[in-house]
Amino acid sequence: MSTATEPRKSTARGKAPAGEKVADWADGRLGIYSLAKANMRKIFPDHWSFLLGEICLFSFIIVMLTGVYLTLFFVPSMGHVEYTGSFEPMQGVMMSEAYASTLDISFDVRGGLLVRQIHHWAALLFVVGIFMHMMRVFFTGAFRKPREINWLFGFLLLVLALFTGLTGYSLPDDLLSGVGIRFMEGAILAVPVVGTYIQMFLFGGEFPGYDIIPRFFVVHVLLLPGIMLGLVVAHLILIVYHKHTHYAGPGRTNDNVVGMPLLPVYMAKAGGFFFLVFGVITLIAATVTINPVWVLGPYRPDQISTNAQPDWYLGFSEGLVRMMPGWEWVIPGGYTLNFGLLVPLVVFPGLLTAIALYPFFESWVTKDPREHHIAERPRNNPTRTGFGMAWLTAFGVCMLAGGNDLWAVHFHLSINTITWFCRIGFFVLPVVAFFITRRICLGLQRRDAEKVLHGRESGIIKRLPHGEFVEVHEPLSQEQLYTLTAHEQHKPLELGPDTDKNGVRRPVNPLERVRARFSKAYFGEQAQISKPTREEYKEITEGHGDHH
Amino acid sequence: MFVVLLIALAATGGLYAAFAPAEEAQADNRAQSLAIDEGEALYRVGCSSCHGRSGEGGSDGPSLVGVGPAAVHFQVGTGRMPMQNPGAQAPAKPRAYTQAEIDQLAAYIGSLGPGPAVPEASAYDPADGDAARGGELFRTNCAQCHNFTGQGGALTHGKYAPGLDDVEPIFIYEAMLTGPQNMPSFPDTVLPEQEKRDIIAWLNAVNTSESPSPGGFSLGGFGPVSEGLFAWTFGIGALVALTVWIGARSAKARKS
Amino acid sequence: MSDDRDHPTSSQETETRKDVSDDHLPGERRSGELAVLDDPFADPGLPPHEHRRQDIDERAAKRSERTVALLFTVSMLATIGFIVAYVAIPIDRIVYIWPIGHISGLNFALGTTLGTALFCIGAGAIHWARTLMSDEERSEERHAVAAAPEVKAQVLEEFRKGAEESGIGRRKLVRNTMLGAMALVPLSGVVLLRDLGPLPEDKLRKTAWREGSVIVNENTGEPLRPEDITVGSLTQAMPEELDHHDHDFHAEIAKAAVMLVRLEPEDIKDPRSAEWGHEGILCFSKICTHIGCPATLYEQQTHHALCPCHQSTFDLSDGARVLFGPAGHPLPQLRITVNDDGYLTALGDFEEPPGPSFWERG
Repeated sequence: MSTATEPRKSTARGKAPAGEKVADWADGRLGIYSLAKANMRKIFPDHWSFLLGEICLFSFIIVMLTGVYLTLFFVPSMGHVEYTGSFEPMQGVMMSEAYASTLDISFDVRGGLLVRQIHHWAALLFVVGIFMHMMRVFFTGAFRKPREINWLFGFLLLVLALFTGLTGYSLPDDLLSGVGIRFMEGAILAVPVVGTYIQMFLFGGEFPGYDIIPRFFVVHVLLLPGIMLGLVVAHLILIVYHKHTHYAGPGRTNDNVVGMPLLPVYMAKAGGFFFLVFGVITLIAATVTINPVWVLGPYRPDQISTNAQPDWYLGFSEGLVRMMPGWEWVIPGGYTLNFGLLVPLVVFPGLLTAIALYPFFESWVTKDPREHHIAERPRNNPTRTGFGMAWLTAFGVCMLAGGNDLWAVHFHLSINTITWFCRIGFFVLPVVAFFITRRICLGLQRRDAEKVLHGRESGIIKRLPHGEFVEVHEPLSQEQLYTLTAHEQHKPLELGPDTDKNGVRRPVNPLERVRARFSKAYFGEQAQISKPTREEYKEITEGHGDHH
Repeated sequence: MFVVLLIALAATGGLYAAFAPAEEAQADNRAQSLAIDEGEALYRVGCSSCHGRSGEGGSDGPSLVGVGPAAVHFQVGTGRMPMQNPGAQAPAKPRAYTQAEIDQLAAYIGSLGPGPAVPEASAYDPADGDAARGGELFRTNCAQCHNFTGQGGALTHGKYAPGLDDVEPIFIYEAMLTGPQNMPSFPDTVLPEQEKRDIIAWLNAVNTSESPSPGGFSLGGFGPVSEGLFAWTFGIGALVALTVWIGARSAKARKS
Repeated sequence: MSDDRDHPTSSQETETRKDVSDDHLPGERRSGELAVLDDPFADPGLPPHEHRRQDIDERAAKRSERTVALLFTVSMLATIGFIVAYVAIPIDRIVYIWPIGHISGLNFALGTTLGTALFCIGAGAIHWARTLMSDEERSEERHAVAAAPEVKAQVLEEFRKGAEESGIGRRKLVRNTMLGAMALVPLSGVVLLRDLGPLPEDKLRKTAWREGSVIVNENTGEPLRPEDITVGSLTQAMPEELDHHDHDFHAEIAKAAVMLVRLEPEDIKDPRSAEWGHEGILCFSKICTHIGCPATLYEQQTHHALCPCHQSTFDLSDGARVLFGPAGHPLPQLRITVNDDGYLTALGDFEEPPGPSFWERG
């Protein structure tokens, strides 16, 4: 049921069009008419931020397409050969077949370099897109019921993307990525009790051995993309099933979705956007080098270059390790705990797990059983927005630490100073970011309330008869008034008095106390500005009427 | 060495050698001692405050006894010496002395104790080097500080290994030979002359303004950090601009 | 995945909790003009559709049509350009393109033509959608995801019946043996993984260094004499026994790689370190004890060796003590001497395992 299912224009008049016949045939076997009835004119809301997920989807497709092409030429072998290809500054150098075939793709296959660069740029942008998309979903509360599971699917896609990226950029077996594998080996060795065993099993013996590239290859081209493809499909099915969230606005409620139909508008917009994303990435690949493996040299465990960093999405794990002080304990019995790796090995998944668990944390705090289809404005949930910014700040500090050598050189700083700044900043700055963000959100809420009650500042200055100058405030339209007051406001959880009316101590679950505290942090007086009420509005507008 | 000295000779106005061609060796010696004298005068003015009255070193500068003319030619020729401000490291800057003065200084420092001489042009000619072999040697000996293609990198406490783009081959050679500042030296016993030439040939192939970057703009050659920054600025910026275009309301007809 | 299940808005949705303010819940608002009269914040409903220029002016629509067609035509031309470039431009042609630099002509030509071809299809489709397709917003009802109580009751009842018919609750023996079998069968998969690699044994503790191993210069492959190594120099070295063409060269050099430095004897702070060296020549493992990068960023004036991966800094004048960074212990030092031929040799293997820490290291 390929393109033939689409109706065709060139039909003999009078008879059923050919396309219709094909569709009939397919319907008899697949039931496509019922499927189309439900989905063909499905509504998608229009907003730029709703397209961030599509960037991920499309770059994923681009990565798959180009990846298949690359497998036709790549040789996933660590067997050693002497390079005889056409890149002169490597001729005669001993290297693995993996590295040699990557050079061949770059210099002896016409268009191979372009496809390699599209593949790598699309992979970087795939993860950038995931971050942007997750930020949008997080800050607008679009992960709330009924979408928690889809948030988890997306989260798993992020984690798998990180590891698919790691296994992918390791394949050329160049000096930079080899250092990444060495890092992985060191991290595995640091695992208590079973570390050395896992290392031997994974590498088929001592580092680097001959097995890791072929094994990574299978993981990179088959195992992880296979799982990801399944998750992507599930993610998309749930989006269609739940229908997209939309922002509050006139006529846009929790019970409907307002936008354009899939056929034809979103078909054209999403389909067109695929080509735009592909086009932009191809133009980048035509003009900007990525991972020039030909100058990095083949991997050798006794060689190294400065600027040894992973691709950006693992930069925060790199930063976590760079920030660590050198703590190592030998515990009784003669066993070593290498905290320089163990701590990052715990914090790294910890930072990620925080993303996965947040929706469940928030729903535990609110105990809100309703479905939410209105995307909240970040300002209207200052505590959540604060948490998000705190996480991003911690992430940013890690990224900063991960590139400390580059910042040191380019801004003439001491690498030790930067590392110390990051060590302290990792703990301090997220807290600062949390409070600053909440402050800003409250300020914006206050401004919204002000606007609702007193109208928009028009910029027109008027002189009153007695000489006073005032700025004329234009009242808002009904649409604007509705949009600015459409958000809901929770009241903090009240535990009630400690004793009942007979003076008997009431047992309160300690967990419930914690929940009450969080609830207050989210919805207490210091965390949200009360929306203007109808009464307030009427009083003020009618008061205005008296003056005029 | 001889060529350099002849230039020094002409510049200092000593035409003695021209009048006594038969006694070349002796003339050489005289020219040399003349250059040493001139060099010493320059040294007293420009260098002695840190390196001591006769190169024995002090609290502000290391001893120069035995560093050899090559070290002088490198340090003064790249403008690193004389140092302007005390700091973690003396950066390269426009040179403060003429070539002739540098040669005189080199002659004087050379007279303080035996050390590496300024190399002949044939020693550092990239055309005679094997870039592929040089790449291997570079990754073993140099890339750890200077990066894969010599873009430079950070060291401890604000020190750094400088970028090697478009540095003249003679200075690369002298740096390897003499180990300026915190850079270790690579004497011929560790890295023979031919291998130094190979390294220069590698740098010539990958890190001059003429070196090809087949994939396109090189983003400085710093690896994944600059690639990530590009993806987060230009890459996602272009895509988000497109989402804004797609998501924006189409222009409405104005009622006029 | 059809959405047209027609159970009413679930009771959950209208029932709000006590701690949730029921003011202005968008879901519970009535839409339309009526509400506006008594509520200033009421939802006025979808604004009326406004026409675009193209909807009312056929000439404007024609212009849009031409723009879209032009974009599609440019795409076709670009694809032809792609094929021409593929055939015509030699793969090794380097061209100078301002401001990018000296780049591969083929990569640039293929990329720009393909990028243009793709981009123009996308731009054409979007311009078409934005200017010529209907832009009237439509509203679609949502339905609660959760099933209605009667559906739920029916399902539970059916499930109970099915479970009962299977007898899984009554026939405990069947159930328990089945669970046992299911739990055990994955073990065969785990067992099969055993041959992924050998056991660690003492592989991480032993290197290629033996008593009498001659230290050879990594650059020249020649043995080293003490006088070859001057103060302030850095020499990368390996044991003579290793050959670049050996099958296990990489695995061995990953543990055996060393660096040699020479310090003035009075600069060496650690007497044991001085004793293990030879006339101020010290031989350290260059594999960082943190995760195994070569920590060979040697600063000859400070005697610091820095690792470029995570900035672990070792003081080579003080037994390679850790000064900074995440490494947990010093770089192991190799005891060296001079053999009868005057060459530097090892006095044995490292006293402790080189490279990154591991659990059994001790």
